Amino acid sequence: MTPRIVFIDADGRRREVEARVGISLMEVAKQHGVSGIVAQCGGACACATCEVYVEPGWLDRLEPPEDMELGMLESAYEPRSNSRLSCQIPITPTLDGLEVRIPPRQA
Amino acid sequence: MNETTVIIGGGQAGAQAVDSLRREGFQGRLVLIGEEAELPYQRPPLSKKFLSGELTEERLWFRHRGFYDEHRTELLLGARAARIDRTERRVWLTDGRDFPYDRLLLCLGATSRRLSCEGAELEGVHYLRGLADALRLKQAIRPGARVVIVGGGYIGLETAATCRKLGCEVTVLEMGDRIMNRVVAASVSEYFAAEHAAHGVRILCATRVAKLEGSRCVERVVCEDGSTHAADLVVVGVGAVPTTGLASDAGLACDNGIVVDEFCRTSDPAIFAAGDCTNHPSPHYGRRLRLESVDNAFEQAKAAAQNMLGRAVVHDRIPWFWSDQFDNKLLIVGLSAGYDRLVLRGDPATRSFSICYLAGRELLALEAINHSKDYMAARKLIGERVRVDPDKLHDMGVALKEAV
Repeated sequence: MTPRIVFIDADGRRREVEARVGISLMEVAKQHGVSGIVAQCGGACACATCEVYVEPGWLDRLEPPEDMELGMLESAYEPRSNSRLSCQIPITPTLDGLEVRIPPRQA
Repeated sequence: MNETTVIIGGGQAGAQAVDSLRREGFQGRLVLIGEEAELPYQRPPLSKKFLSGELTEERLWFRHRGFYDEHRTELLLGARAARIDRTERRVWLTDGRDFPYDRLLLCLGATSRRLSCEGAELEGVHYLRGLADALRLKQAIRPGARVVIVGGGYIGLETAATCRKLGCEVTVLEMGDRIMNRVVAASVSEYFAAEHAAHGVRILCATRVAKLEGSRCVERVVCEDGSTHAADLVVVGVGAVPTTGLASDAGLACDNGIVVDEFCRTSDPAIFAAGDCTNHPSPHYGRRLRLESVDNAFEQAKAAAQNMLGRAVVHDRIPWFWSDQFDNKLLIVGLSAGYDRLVLRGDPATRSFSICYLAGRELLALEAINHSKDYMAARKLIGERVRVDPDKLHDMGVALKEAV
């Protein structure tokens, strides 16, 4: 089954896309041309420009962030408790329906 | 508007320029000329996750093919520009086609510096710059293969780590007195040397290659000290040189790169340049730079795109770099030249520490080893020229952003 992911932009517009299992959430966004996900480093966890806010209910269903990601997030653009770097979230079948918000800017 | 913008170079900067030009409202004809046959792709993983097999080729692409159609971009791949006629404002390709331009953007990148010693042309001698290089190297790597790497910089060490993970016997020959000697502090070199050693990579410093020997394929590397290292394959990572031929042939000012101003303009107001090929001013550091970095290619292309549309956007960013070697991430922000004091934060034995470079109380640069928090904090402190307190800096218990 192909999981479907919902990206919600800073103006509240929703966009539902199909996500390939095994790639990262950041790559899904880039493949579909979702704007607001910059991902300058291409997924190396080195730039903090692929930040997303994970919608309530989904945060606990993701693998928890590693220290490297947490350190990056501290100085990301307006970090919140539900901030994640989308390059560090691998797509699994259980993420079908995942909803994330895109910040108005990236770091 | 019938203006035509031609971009030469399909790397990070060229691909980003397409995105930025359209995003900023460019409505005219847009042509991207790239020498390589592949869609524009990311280079950093070539020595890491692509070489190791974790990433497939299409996962390297910045954008899928449809992106370029959607952005009304004529994508000419496998096409080589032969000549720029500045009077006619026209780019000629080697295959005879020609494209008129109103604005031209040069994103020519850099090429691997080649070995010039005897035997350098033998088969089995590899460089790592483009996808074709990486594919060739990937095919040659076998578990148990004896890999000799010439050069202990980023490319050499990342390739060493990947080859080791793939089961090769790896030797790194570095002519300097320590690895990465031009880019990191001695204690960072020492840390990475120990990490490589722990994973079974043999690193020999102060070792200069004299020649390569073999009948058809390389079989051994002979050093100036007389030592000989048996090799099934050799990977050369001894730096890169900016690609400037097209620009200098056209009479554009070049000096270790295509000379541009802070608006990414070359000496011809209709021609801009971005990325590894440029020699550009850094207002922050007050000197000229030539950087080989993803970040610079990306940001300079973005600024160039806006300037090509008549805005006045100064390219002034704090450079940053990263390197992955085994399970270590090295993050570097800023440029250390001109520092008068080095401060170590934390303890390398914990595998997580940073090095601060200070000029007086100004933080010029920081190297973070498995410590993204310091790295991100330093980006802000350096950019805003925050005065730091050197006495608080060494204490990892004090957050970097509080050490002011």
